[in-house]
Amino acid sequence: MAAEPLQRLLQEAFPDATELRVEDRTGGGDHFQVIIATPRFDGLPLLEQHRLVNDALAAPLRDGTIHELRIKTKGTE
Amino acid sequence: MSDLRQRIQDVIDNEPVALFMKGTPQFVMCGNSDRALRALRGAGAPVTAVDILPDPAIRQELSAISGWPTIPQVFVKGELIGGADIVEELAADGELEAKLEGTLGPSYREARAEQVASVL
Repeated sequence: MAAEPLQRLLQEAFPDATELRVEDRTGGGDHFQVIIATPRFDGLPLLEQHRLVNDALAAPLRDGTIHELRIKTKGTE
Repeated sequence: MSDLRQRIQDVIDNEPVALFMKGTPQFVMCGNSDRALRALRGAGAPVTAVDILPDPAIRQELSAISGWPTIPQVFVKGELIGGADIVEELAADGELEAKLEGTLGPSYREARAEQVASVL
């Protein structure tokens, strides 16, 4: 899987994101780095921020198209 | 509750720091598991590692308990801390050590050596 479908899933889940990037870390289409900044993360514990990202990517995580995921979340404050 | 799920729950509840990982500390099978282990070691955490690879059911039951989809998963005294990225981030700004000290007490580093547990 390329990065674009993941990017779309995240855009749908976080329409107010001020920064949103999905990088294919190895070029193999299964190791991804997600970087996302949204006001929704403001004041939210890191665990809950990551949980929202995991929820948005639940389908590709479940079916194994994402083999490895790295997440970097940021608030906007 | 299945026996397997109960044994996983026991590790989560009873171990000071539980790390569910791919492989063992001696033979790590995944980059993210390695990052989490290194961050925990750096903070002096008394890690109990559980290899999830021997049986796919371990991962299924673990995620059903924690509501967390990915491996590794780190728990401190029964509380889910997160995966590799979270543990690394918390370690980098000193929050991991503060959490361990607050939950396990100031002498948590001397508590005991790293160990491995099986849930099968």
